[in-house]
Amino acid sequence: MSQVLQLAGVNRTYGEGATAVAALRNVNLTIEAGEFVAVMGPSGSGKSSLLALAGGLDSPTAGEIFIEGTPLSSLSLNELARLRRRAVGYVFQDFNLVPTLTAAENVSLPRELDGVSARKAQRQAKDALRLVGIEALADRFMDEMSGGQQQRVAIARAIVGDRHLILADEPTGALDSATGDEIMGVLRHRADAGSAVMLVTHEARHAAWADRVVYIRDGRFADEARSSQDPSVLLAQSGL
Amino acid sequence: MSIRHSLLALLQEQPRYGYQLRAEFEQRTGSTWPLNIGQVYTTLDRLERDSLVTRDGDDGEGHVMYRLTDAGDNEVRNWFSHPVALTNPPRNELAIKLALAVTLPGVDVAGVIQAQRVSSMRSLQDYTKAKRDTSAQNRAEDTAWLLVLDSLIFSTEAEIRWLDHCESRMLQLSTARAAGATRSEKHVQPHTTSHSTGGRK
Repeated sequence: MSQVLQLAGVNRTYGEGATAVAALRNVNLTIEAGEFVAVMGPSGSGKSSLLALAGGLDSPTAGEIFIEGTPLSSLSLNELARLRRRAVGYVFQDFNLVPTLTAAENVSLPRELDGVSARKAQRQAKDALRLVGIEALADRFMDEMSGGQQQRVAIARAIVGDRHLILADEPTGALDSATGDEIMGVLRHRADAGSAVMLVTHEARHAAWADRVVYIRDGRFADEARSSQDPSVLLAQSGL
Repeated sequence: MSIRHSLLALLQEQPRYGYQLRAEFEQRTGSTWPLNIGQVYTTLDRLERDSLVTRDGDDGEGHVMYRLTDAGDNEVRNWFSHPVALTNPPRNELAIKLALAVTLPGVDVAGVIQAQRVSSMRSLQDYTKAKRDTSAQNRAEDTAWLLVLDSLIFSTEAEIRWLDHCESRMLQLSTARAAGATRSEKHVQPHTTSHSTGGRK
């Protein structure tokens, strides 16, 4: 498997001197293609800072971040923006979709902004919508869709083209429990198809869809839970 | 777990012999609570003693068949129509361990909580994966096992939420203790009562 995201010795401090606040301290994390990692931790532990750094929206105070092998510190702002559009997809709690555009237009927009022809962008948008199971809703506007359907559009937008890194920030926060499970199923499916997924959540039942659950506390990685992948362990645990 | 009522319920469907009862029980509950055959026959003996089941010949291969009596049938209906009473909380080793950890000196309570949380999360990952894999096969006979898995998922999730709650409660208590200690240092007055919660505001 290839490394899609790597954080090496990353520190992020806000402010200076006596008022400096260390949001992240010496964080090391690698996510491979096909891997689904969930990040959990209390409010203020550094989860959102981690996501912003992983997506190149913020820069570390020390350390280096690699996306598909490229060190982000080596890029100009324009190059960084281009890499983000090409390689990174974001999924947010409140979907961040444009209400005056159809589902297909929401998904094709980032491709067109990146210079891809309208026809090709639309074809890629249809492909992405098919992968998240809502190809039939391509021409609907956002107010004609349920919350779960809108989040699927957002995931389609995150994977359109050839993006392999999906960063999801509490993507189920606005959804009921069953719809939240469906969205986790879609993210899981994308990881199984080769994407790297990083999910920030405070819901244990959603984190449990991941291959690895990383606990962050006071800006440091405190612990990690990894699925055993062994059915005999499961049966031994449940033999109450 | 009521083996007694489970066996009666399976016999309500049709007469069966001991090994069939065990196989049916395990198939319907995904082998989550394995039954040994000795338990099955001991329970059948007691049910027969209590006139809830009766022997019904054999199956032609030497297996003694059991069937429900009218009293047994009533017992099953009664079981299904009454909620499971949780009058005595089931013994929960984790709750006992934490209750002792917070009251004994020198125990790293935060460490106990975190180690348990990682272990519970691993179980939750495994149950979730088992549910995903089983659901993907879309087989009608997996319905009962999927419901059992849901039950395990919900209870493990509840355990993790409770651990989070314990942790934040511990944090509140230690913050309150630290604040109380600071206030006490600032307001040392020999004639104040010792159980005062701190200085005057």
